[in-house]
Amino acid sequence: MDDLYRDYILEHYRRPHNFGVLEAPTASYEGSNPLCGDRITMMLGISDGVVREVAFTGRGCAISQASASLLTDEIKGKSVADVEKMTPDQLLDLIGIEISPARLKCALLSLDTVAHALADDAAKKVEAGGSGAGAGAS
Amino acid sequence: MTDTATTGPQRQTAPARLDPHLLRTDFPILSTVNRLGKPLVYLDSAATSLKPLAVIEAVDGYNRAYSANIHRGIYEMAERATGAYEETRAKVARLINAPDPREIVFVRNATEAINLVAYSWGRRNIGRGDSIVLTEMEHHANLVPWQLLVQEKDGDLEFVPITDDGVLRPEVFEVLLHLRPKLVAFTHASNMLGTINPAREMTEMAHAAGALVLIDGAQAVPHMPVDVQAIGADFYVFSGHKMLGPTGSGALWARRELLEAMPPFMAGGDMIREVHLRRSEWNDVPYKFEAGTPDIAAQIGMGAAADYLMGLGMDAVAAHEKDLVTYALDLLPREVPGIQIYGPAAEHRGGLVSFNLPGIHPHDVAQILDRSGICVRAGHHCAMPLHERFDLAATARASFNVYTIPEEIDALAVGLREVSRIFNR
Repeated sequence: MDDLYRDYILEHYRRPHNFGVLEAPTASYEGSNPLCGDRITMMLGISDGVVREVAFTGRGCAISQASASLLTDEIKGKSVADVEKMTPDQLLDLIGIEISPARLKCALLSLDTVAHALADDAAKKVEAGGSGAGAGAS
Repeated sequence: MTDTATTGPQRQTAPARLDPHLLRTDFPILSTVNRLGKPLVYLDSAATSLKPLAVIEAVDGYNRAYSANIHRGIYEMAERATGAYEETRAKVARLINAPDPREIVFVRNATEAINLVAYSWGRRNIGRGDSIVLTEMEHHANLVPWQLLVQEKDGDLEFVPITDDGVLRPEVFEVLLHLRPKLVAFTHASNMLGTINPAREMTEMAHAAGALVLIDGAQAVPHMPVDVQAIGADFYVFSGHKMLGPTGSGALWARRELLEAMPPFMAGGDMIREVHLRRSEWNDVPYKFEAGTPDIAAQIGMGAAADYLMGLGMDAVAAHEKDLVTYALDLLPREVPGIQIYGPAAEHRGGLVSFNLPGIHPHDVAQILDRSGICVRAGHHCAMPLHERFDLAATARASFNVYTIPEEIDALAVGLREVSRIFNR
């Protein structure tokens, strides 16, 4: 009955997929929306340019947490290059509900946090002089 | 510490009662509906208040009939604008029982007033090792300007802690005063907990320790009688837009001799007496602090708001909002299972209630209430340290004003039950 709070959104909020921690993530980042107090830590296990494992922890509104649950399902098994190419619109399609402008930050926090984790990881690899940072590796 | 200090000479007759249902017709916005056709249930007055027709017409009247600049023109329209602007100063002074309208400095809001004091008075009077005492319940506006000041001057900030009920701990305040702070700055009424602080007692204690006192009255002036002389404060700040006036209006009151001794905050036109290429002489107070063309229409609107409030009688306003908060504190726990309410009992509280529903983020609460036309605030209400104190990411807040009616609190209770139903289905 409520456009925003469909059953599957609330289901992802109550029982988020991939919620937890990775023992040894190769990339991680903590993102937050200071204005509303949404907070998400994304942990990625990347090898050979592919996101093999992903987990997140966090707290916040139903939209931010359901978004993280849906996004982590989506990116697991994808190449880093493909994940990097993901746009906000693609995530919003995945969430599948109309998000008002005031809630966009909540909905997009998960993707923003993944992007930061990947960027940090790429920067680390460049710093270490290693090969295969980010997109080139896949 | 109990609050007895905020009443003044205007408390004389038996307190009249407000008829909120009747006065709602003064607020055109209350007859509007949202996108779903639901009538407006406005419970976010602590963020900004609705504006009565008298204020709307005062702003409109200036723009239509005499929109000249002030303190400059020789022609009739300019004199009328200057007259209306200066009349507002007198009205605002009367509202808080300031002894002299020239002690009222017009600013955009309480935030600007505090920044003015921090830059002008603060940078001249706070030095290395000097301390400023604040409280744990301050709005960011009465915290961050002081952080900047002590960082620059190598001073210190100390904080009066609060109890779990959201009341300041006077015994710790007493200890902090042994540090001989230069300034004590505190909120008269908390925008998150609703706590009304005992302004006069705290001011007396601070003065006895040799400190000056700044009071943030943004959440007090709109809701209760405030008498700056009875309180004995040195600086008192508030916003026009929270007291039924327009955004962009606000006031700093300070004792004349303090204003005289303070250097200008902003420089430019109107704040000078003489300008030469390499030096200038400042205008008298308050004009010394009012550089550039102000928001004349908004400030005139603030004068109309002051008139409107004084017409209702601030005792009646306070009694009305006390009734509302008493009603809400009784009704919500009974009608909304699991609701967690923050802040003190009604006797120490102004007209607002911050709360959470178990396991539901306040943004989701506010979003679902919005469908029923109910406007509440969700977030940290510009009081992040206070939320940290209670280990909360955010809260939802319902806040009241003269036009709030008990039926709207009933609607809130129904709306919150609906939120719980959606999340627990």
